[in-house]
Amino acid sequence: MLPLDCRELPPADVLVRGAHVLDPRAGIDAPHDVLVRGGEIAELGPPGSLSAPAGAEVLDGEGRHLLPGFVDPHVHLRAPGQEHKEDLDSGTRAAAAGGYVAVVAMPNTDPVVDSAPVLRSLRDAARREARIPVGFLAAVTRGLDGEALTEMAELRDAGALGFTDDGRPVHRAGILRKALQYQKLAGGVLCLHEEDPTLSGRGAMHEGEVAARLGLAGIPSVSESTMIARDAALARYEDGRIHIQHLSALESVEAVAEAKARGVRITAEVSPHHLALTDDVLLEALDTRCKMNPPLRAEADRQALVAGLRDGTIDCIATDHAPHAREEKEVPFEEAPMGTTGLETAFAAVHTALVRPGVLDLALVVERLSAGAAVLGLPLPEIRPGRPADFCLVDLEAEWEVGEAGYESRSENCCFAGRRLHGRVLATVAGGGVAYRERSFALSAA
Amino acid sequence: MRHLLSIEDLDRPAIERILDRAASFTEVSEREIKKVPALRGRRVLNLFYEASTRTRSSFELAAKALSADVVNFAAGGSSVEKGESLKDTVQTLSAYQPDLIVIRTPHVGAAELVARWTTAGVVNAGDGKHEHPTQALLDVYALRERIGGLDGARIWIVGDVAHSRVARSNILAFTKLGAHVTVCGPPTLIPRGMEALGCDVAYSLDNLGEAEVVYALRMQHERMSDSFVPSLREYAARYQIDGRRLSPRQVLMHPGPVNRGVELAAEVIDSPQAIIGQQVAAGVVVRMAVLYELLAGRGAPEGAATASTPAPQPA
Repeated sequence: MLPLDCRELPPADVLVRGAHVLDPRAGIDAPHDVLVRGGEIAELGPPGSLSAPAGAEVLDGEGRHLLPGFVDPHVHLRAPGQEHKEDLDSGTRAAAAGGYVAVVAMPNTDPVVDSAPVLRSLRDAARREARIPVGFLAAVTRGLDGEALTEMAELRDAGALGFTDDGRPVHRAGILRKALQYQKLAGGVLCLHEEDPTLSGRGAMHEGEVAARLGLAGIPSVSESTMIARDAALARYEDGRIHIQHLSALESVEAVAEAKARGVRITAEVSPHHLALTDDVLLEALDTRCKMNPPLRAEADRQALVAGLRDGTIDCIATDHAPHAREEKEVPFEEAPMGTTGLETAFAAVHTALVRPGVLDLALVVERLSAGAAVLGLPLPEIRPGRPADFCLVDLEAEWEVGEAGYESRSENCCFAGRRLHGRVLATVAGGGVAYRERSFALSAA
Repeated sequence: MRHLLSIEDLDRPAIERILDRAASFTEVSEREIKKVPALRGRRVLNLFYEASTRTRSSFELAAKALSADVVNFAAGGSSVEKGESLKDTVQTLSAYQPDLIVIRTPHVGAAELVARWTTAGVVNAGDGKHEHPTQALLDVYALRERIGGLDGARIWIVGDVAHSRVARSNILAFTKLGAHVTVCGPPTLIPRGMEALGCDVAYSLDNLGEAEVVYALRMQHERMSDSFVPSLREYAARYQIDGRRLSPRQVLMHPGPVNRGVELAAEVIDSPQAIIGQQVAAGVVVRMAVLYELLAGRGAPEGAATASTPAPQPA
């Protein structure tokens, strides 16, 4: 039994007609009819070859792409305790609207997910509320205080996919070392938010020319990269398995590449906003939606992240979807909490910034958008007969303005707000059930 | 011009227009009745979230000299202390129909936010470590009075550049008027990437002699707690402007208030090179000119807005 939870969806019977199926892992890149029966992919055939069984929904895939569903190893669903920002229902609705078929929630909630009872009740809630399968990470340290380990073994038994103090670093090397030792017993990946608090200080954005102009305290790139180097050394020494969250800096890509070259069991993720934007956006307007941790950095950093994603130094794309309420963000920049939402814009943002201009292949981006599953030991979605239906149908050409039609998320702090993006998710089938239909598409299909 | 949020909003002609008008206002301050009716019936709100003596009082005097009505709101003792957000405070005060809000806050970008939340004009009287545009204008005014034009002038800004909104606004204003600016201070107090503002960076006073103007910044005691400098003693030994370092042909400036014996030695504060008093005096006329620039002609029909600027000379 996979430790993923979702409310019961009726198993889908769907025929997608004539969509261009692109599944890099399965080696498919051509138009097909795709038939789903009882929530499983039943058959792939040439366009026009398959007919819909009685009662099956027919989706017009002509001119559209059918992609393996995306898996996000890093989202904040804010439950329990901060449901004014997001909850399991709204967060997974946003995920489904972004083409996601599974997401993994971070434990920095209130209370923190640092004990089995909290995790069990959260999983119960997900079985009632979540619209797509949700997995959970538990905290490395109790209360995220960086001082004492959680009961990692019991948390694993209760279904924790791994451990993280995300939002904060495990700042004491000795504690991280113990977690790595204890990992031999408990298992589970240690997902690390890398930041040296003595270097990032009260920084509100990337340290560099833009911060110098604005008079804002900066978070230097080395705040992240020095901690990656430290933790890679510890993981190597203990033969532990670590995953570096939200890389943002050129030096960090180098640190991960060096660790991989030495054989450290390390993976890394990057967010769509770090791939698409730089701190220059803050010169246009000091928009709190563009305040996140780690911060948007310089063009050289962005280029290094793109190159790292291309060459595999960076394994996957993760949104770090971090909803905050409007009143929390409508304050001066230095006062605002860190975080941007990202689930609904991830594909379109990367597609617009990197695929359309020819910087990255669509196939590579599609692969990286679901590769987070493997990082956390979850099965990779595949468009193959016999596999559960986990895919999304995307119109690559559809242009839309972010935020114009509102958001599925409860919060609207999206750093891409107001930007025109290309690529719209029209429907998502997750865990065998239809989890999302874009409004106009749903109407035309009816 | 609706707002004055940053020196970036002004080009050289706009700066010169404001300074010229300020010069024409000096006559008002010398009258027995220090008042002209230029802004009669206009309402100015001073909204100060940080302590301020000279900025607030000079804005108040400037507004009153132009016959505007002024109300002062200080964060202490107001609804702000009860947890009201900046947005709610601004929208509440906007219900009083101010024509202009003068705002000082400890937060970068706050004046820009306020401008989004009100229909009034907004003057940034200091937003965190970002900018303090009217200070730069009065500094340029006082300096122009002393040395004439700034074209080609070498100006050194010395001290805690990292935490100084004055430094940022002044670098922009000085360079827009043709001066060449060097910032100098301990490496811990010069932000990485500072050159992006169009200035040079130096870590020692060795070449201070090249400067025609030395602008010393206030060194705040709290900087020591974060190890920006090991001690004020060491700071003073390296960066204090004293009679030995300041040559008789150099002009000395400081935004005040001065820490005597830290960034400046007593002998230079009271020397003829110092124009610190003139800077303070310039505060009123320059702020009068800014208020006039933003308010005179506002509410007049579109196109009449230029009536507030001097009539162009016939070709």
